[in-house]
Amino acid sequence: MLKSRNSYRFQKILGRISVWLGLLFFIVILLFPFYFMFISSFKPNDELYNLSKNPLMIESWTLDHYTYLLKQTRFIQWLKNSTLVAVVSTGISIVIGTIAAYSLARLRYRGVQALGMVIFISYLIPTTLLFIPLAYVVRNLGLFDKQVALMITYPTFLIPFCTWLLMGYFRGIPKELEESAMVDGATRLQALRMIILPIMIPGIVSAGLFAFTLSWNEFVYALTLAQTESIKTLPVGIVSQLVLADVYFWGELMGAALLGSVPIALLYSFFLEYYVKGMTAGAVKG
Amino acid sequence: MQITQSQGKRRPNPIRSFSKWFNQEKVLGPALVAPALLILIVLIAYPFSVGIWLSFTDKQIAVTDSGRFIGIQNFITLFKNSIFQRTTLNTFNYAVGSVFFKLVLGMLMALVLDKVRLFKNFFRGLLLLPWIVPTSLSALGWLWMFDSTFSVFNRLLLDAGLIQEKIIWLGRPAIAMFSLQVVNVWRGIPFFGISLLAGLQTIPEDLYEASEIDGAGAWRQFWNVTFPLLMPVTAVVTLYSIVQTFADFQIVYVLTRGGPINSTHLFATLTHQTAILAGKLGEGAAVSLFMFPVLVVSVIFLLRYLQREE
Repeated sequence: MLKSRNSYRFQKILGRISVWLGLLFFIVILLFPFYFMFISSFKPNDELYNLSKNPLMIESWTLDHYTYLLKQTRFIQWLKNSTLVAVVSTGISIVIGTIAAYSLARLRYRGVQALGMVIFISYLIPTTLLFIPLAYVVRNLGLFDKQVALMITYPTFLIPFCTWLLMGYFRGIPKELEESAMVDGATRLQALRMIILPIMIPGIVSAGLFAFTLSWNEFVYALTLAQTESIKTLPVGIVSQLVLADVYFWGELMGAALLGSVPIALLYSFFLEYYVKGMTAGAVKG
Repeated sequence: MQITQSQGKRRPNPIRSFSKWFNQEKVLGPALVAPALLILIVLIAYPFSVGIWLSFTDKQIAVTDSGRFIGIQNFITLFKNSIFQRTTLNTFNYAVGSVFFKLVLGMLMALVLDKVRLFKNFFRGLLLLPWIVPTSLSALGWLWMFDSTFSVFNRLLLDAGLIQEKIIWLGRPAIAMFSLQVVNVWRGIPFFGISLLAGLQTIPEDLYEASEIDGAGAWRQFWNVTFPLLMPVTAVVTLYSIVQTFADFQIVYVLTRGGPINSTHLFATLTHQTAILAGKLGEGAAVSLFMFPVLVVSVIFLLRYLQREE
C-alpha cells in the first residue's frame, strides 16, 4: 500500500518535472533569437565583431545603435507610415467586416451560404498568389507607389479575416436579444447598433487587434506597391534600406527589428486575453 | 381632418416605406455583404483573372510593345528552365518538411502548456512572440545568427566541441534550404501550439479519467483519446499551414533572396525575381499560378472537413 502510494507520488513528481523541462525547452528555442537580437542591439561594435568575446554577454552597454537609427535613418518616418496604413486599413475592414458578418451569421436569404464560402476561401488566398496582377491593376487605377494602394489592398485579406472571426461571435449572441428590440419597434439596423454591437465589443476589439497586426506585418504588397523610400512601411523600409549590400550595421539592424516589433508585442501584452480567445475561436470553429 | 388622414394612407411616407422595405432579410442581408463583396471582386477576383491573362502574354515592365498573346509559351519556357524545376522541388520540400515539424513540435508545445498552471497566460503570451512579430524583422535576426563570419550558432557549437569547423548556414544550397526551414518552423510552432491547445481544452476531462481507470498510460492515452479527438482542429490547422507555407516569401527573401545561385527559391520569390526584378510580368504571373493547385486542393479538403464537423 505504502509502496504503491510512493510510486504514484514519484510518477507525479516525474510528470511535473517533465512538464517544466518541456516548458524550458520551448522557452529557449522560441525566445533565444529575441535575446540575441536584444543583446546585439546594445553591444558596441568592437565587441560585436570580436570573435574572442562571449557572443551572449555584453561588457559595456551602448545606445549608439539606437541613436543612429532614430537620427540618421528614416526609421521614424516608416513607423508613421506603418501606423497610418495599419490604422486606416483596419478601420475600413472592421466596419465592412462587422456588417458582413452580421448578415452572414444572422440573416436568411438566398445565397447566404455561398457568400459565406466565398469569404472563407478568400481568407485562405495567400498574398503571393496575387501580388503581380494586383500591382498591374493598381497601376492602371493610377494608385501605384502611393500609400492609398496599401490602404485599399490590405482589406482584401483583412475583411475576410474579420468577417470570419466576427461571424463566430455573432452566433454566440442569443437571437432573442435583437428580436425583443424589434418587437418594440426597432428596425434590424437599430437593434444591431444599440443592442448587439455593445455586446460585440470584445469580439470587435480582438478582430481589430488581429487586423492591425496583420497589416503591420504585411510585407509582399508593401514591397511591390510602395517603392518610394519615404512612403515605405517599417518592415520593408528596414529590410530594403538598412541592409546594404555587403556592409551590415548589425547593431542598428537588430535595434530596428526589435523596435519594429515592440508596438505589436505591447498590443499583445495588453490584450492577450482577447487575442488568445480570438485565436481559439478561429481555430476551433475553423 | 378625416380626408387628410385617408390621403396619408393612400400615399405612405416614402422614407418609412423605404426603411420597411430595407428591413427585410432578403434586402438587408445582401446589402450588408455588398461592400465586402465589392472589394473582393475588384481586388481579388479581377486581379486573379488578370493574372491568368498575363501568364499567356509576353508582357514586360516598361516595354511598350509587349503584352501580345503567346499561348502557353511562358509555361513551356518555365518547364524547360532548370531554376524553375529546382524551385518546384524546393517549394514542396520546404512546405512538407516545415509543416511536419511544426505539427510535431506544436503538438508537444500544446501538451506541455496544457499542464502548466503557474503563470499560465504569461507563458502562453511569451511563447506566441515568434508568431506575432513581423516575420521579415525576426528573419533579420536569423540572418545575423547565420552570418558567415560571426554566426552565434557556430561560435557556441565550436566552443562546445560539437563541430570542428564553421557551418556555412546560408552559402551552400542544401544547408541553406535546411536553415530556411528552421526559421519557418521556429515561426510556426506557436501557431500550432496555441491552436492545438485550444482544441485540447475542449476534450472532456472524464474521458481521461475513464482511460486511466482502464489502466492506460500517458502514451496510450495520447493515441486513444487525445489524438483522435484533436483530429478536426489538427486537420484544419495543418491544411491552413500548408497553404501559407507553400506560398511563403519573407523568410527566403530576407535570408537568401533565392541564392546561392538561385538554389533556394520558392514559387513566391521566383515570381518576384522574374516579374519585378527582371521585369517579365507575363512569365512571373505564370510562376505565381503554380501556387494555385495546392490552394484549391487544400480548400476542398478544408470545406469538406468543416462541413462534416457541422
